[in-house]
Amino acid sequence: MSDETQEIIGDYKYGFHDPENSTIRFDKGLSEQVVRDISELKNEPQWMTDIRVKAYRHFVERVMPEWGNCSLLNMIDFENVTYFLRSSNKTEKSWDDVPDDIKNTFNRLGIPEAEQKWLGGVTAQYESEAVYHSIREDLEEQGVIFLDMDTGLKQYPEIVKKYFGTVIPHSDNKFSALNTAVWSGGSFLYIPKGVHVEMPVQAYFRINAKNMGQFERTLIIADEGSSVHYVEGCTAPSYSTDSLHSAVVELIAMDGAKIRYSTVQNWSSNVYNLVTKRAVAHRNATVEWVDGNIGSKLTMKYPSVLLKGEGAHAEVISVAYAGKGQHQDTGAKVHHLASNTTSNILSKSISKDGGRSSYRGLLQVSPKSIGCRSKVVCDALILDEDSRSDTYPTMEIGNSTSDLEHEASVSKVSSDQLFYLMSRGFSEEEAMGLIVNGFFEPFTRELPMEYAVELNKLLELEMEGSIG
Amino acid sequence: MRIVADEILRVENLHVSVEGTPIIKGLSLTIHRGEIHAIMGRNGAGKSTLANVVMGHPAYEITSGNIFFKGEPLEDLEVFQRARAGMFLSFQYPAAIPGVQVGTFLKKSVASVRDDPPKGRAFRKELTAAMEKLSMDKSFLSRYVNDGFSGGEKKRLEILQMLLLQPHLALLDETDSGLDIDALRIVAQGINEVAADSACLIITHYQRLLDLVKPHYVHAMIDGTIVRTGGPELALELEDRGYDWLEVTA
Ligand SMILES: Nc1ncnc2c1ncn2[C@@H]1O[C@H](COP(=O)(O)OP(=O)(O)OP(=O)(O)O)[C@@H](O)[C@H]1O
Ligand SMILES: [Mg+2]
Repeated sequence: MSDETQEIIGDYKYGFHDPENSTIRFDKGLSEQVVRDISELKNEPQWMTDIRVKAYRHFVERVMPEWGNCSLLNMIDFENVTYFLRSSNKTEKSWDDVPDDIKNTFNRLGIPEAEQKWLGGVTAQYESEAVYHSIREDLEEQGVIFLDMDTGLKQYPEIVKKYFGTVIPHSDNKFSALNTAVWSGGSFLYIPKGVHVEMPVQAYFRINAKNMGQFERTLIIADEGSSVHYVEGCTAPSYSTDSLHSAVVELIAMDGAKIRYSTVQNWSSNVYNLVTKRAVAHRNATVEWVDGNIGSKLTMKYPSVLLKGEGAHAEVISVAYAGKGQHQDTGAKVHHLASNTTSNILSKSISKDGGRSSYRGLLQVSPKSIGCRSKVVCDALILDEDSRSDTYPTMEIGNSTSDLEHEASVSKVSSDQLFYLMSRGFSEEEAMGLIVNGFFEPFTRELPMEYAVELNKLLELEMEGSIG
Repeated sequence: MRIVADEILRVENLHVSVEGTPIIKGLSLTIHRGEIHAIMGRNGAGKSTLANVVMGHPAYEITSGNIFFKGEPLEDLEVFQRARAGMFLSFQYPAAIPGVQVGTFLKKSVASVRDDPPKGRAFRKELTAAMEKLSMDKSFLSRYVNDGFSGGEKKRLEILQMLLLQPHLALLDETDSGLDIDALRIVAQGINEVAADSACLIITHYQRLLDLVKPHYVHAMIDGTIVRTGGPELALELEDRGYDWLEVTA
């Protein structure tokens, strides 16, 4: 590895990259033709091509969001992005058939190992498409469908057509329009009535090429009384030029169903991560977003839940870590659209080395929704003078029968805590690592153990070499 | 420099300020291995300041004087290096570390402080034995360090750490305060065990701990200096008469 590369990568453990071998690579830049080409290449039905084109036209007209971080958003050069890159001609069912370079990458990321130990299914996406995909036989036998989105569209066009874009229409925002126009990859997951998937299923998204745009599209449908835990991981190499990750994730939890969607995103600091995630929860359904945002240049992401059926419940637990040159603009949105719906939002952020984290939240109770309960807690930890944290909570409460709590706190690491830990033999960096891990613990404990351990290590690494 | 064998702590004519205000004003003290020293004094006399400054708290400025640990000057050692060298402070007010489980914390702490730390099963065995000695329930291990602990629970956790870290110098700052009668006896046993083979400085307001942990020396501290040193009988006298009579002679 050259010194220069090392400098860019710094402590980011996943910053390595492979040679850029591709079987199909589109020229940089976006046009209606590019959108049509993607659709044609994938042999899609006409209705999908039409959706894409409509979305593209909307994207062109739609203005940038006027919140978040406008100056960073306006620096995105949409003409300098590769919108489609195929690096393997097939989605393999065995790791042995995946091209060596790519297989090695996923080995380094620990995916095949995790799959053997504790996952019910895995999709590994590399650039624009899935290169590996598998699901345990017993799940398949129970009727669980777990596919990459492209294959999902081919094999189950009627389900995709029925639900695609119903939770997040292309016109929701500029980036949902972009995703709808150029989407590729992502997961399609359907859990039949009453089926409980005990082991988590995972999708891993890896960007490898420079100036790459990754636009995966995920649709999860949990039918009545079913349950599933879906885990998403993402990393990218460290480059000095930007990459764009703009996903759309739609979840539908039917009556009495439960979906937990966990994300451990660990982008390198050249990635724009602009993701729209939204769920619909029907009667007595539960949706849980467990959302960890580490790294990236700018993340704008507000997992949301529409509580549409009576008795539905939403849980959003998120953490954000903003280091040097990073802005995490994250939060949660919950819409109480039915009576007796409940929600809990816990948001924790850490800012360090000039990093900036913002909490942006929306809590809405419609006038007809009676007896709703919600609790919102936002805690920010600021590790030095140069760093920043802001909170932008919005509440729109349509009636007076709801029970709502909101707590917010901003804290610093106290010198008493540091002295205490150091008197127990921990160096200042180790002490910071412990305090930071402790601060994120309410989030970490929700993760599968393997992820929790990894996240703790990661944060400890972030605390190293930066205290002076 | 001539060092008496087994000298652990030597404080020489120490002056300490906090934010420009002098707190410790010419204090000297030497403790050898196997010795228990008690320091008594009014609120605000500077007892905690002394303990903190020996441990290396960055808020305190040593304006003159020296501190030696096993004959070596301490000034260049950071707090964690002092801990690794064998110094231990039981805090008057232990800080809470939310989200960090006691079990994890103890394991990591022992691993960084002890020269040949017990691992795996050996560590768990030692931990269980120490907790039994202190009548601490296993459930402590999954709680967060000092977070929501009662006053007495905090003090017990401090002593548990002392047992596990096996320091050569133990500074115990009001470890007896907040303890009920049974807990006091249990904690005293723990202190005696460690004190047998190390140097021990006990800061206390009350005779009741000194009934259980017999000091070799008792120091009366007023306004940042030691005004009188005696044997265990001095503690009894202080309990009886207070500190005013010393002020006159000081
Ligand atoms: N960090 C600090 N900042 C400002 N003042 C301090 C600080 N630490 C100690 N002091 C002051 O120094 C003086 C001595 O405090 P210290 O805590 O050493 O007293 P003490 O003898 O331990 O009293 P107590 O018996 O109440 O515990 C007090 O007046 C206290 O307010
Ligand atoms: Mg004190």
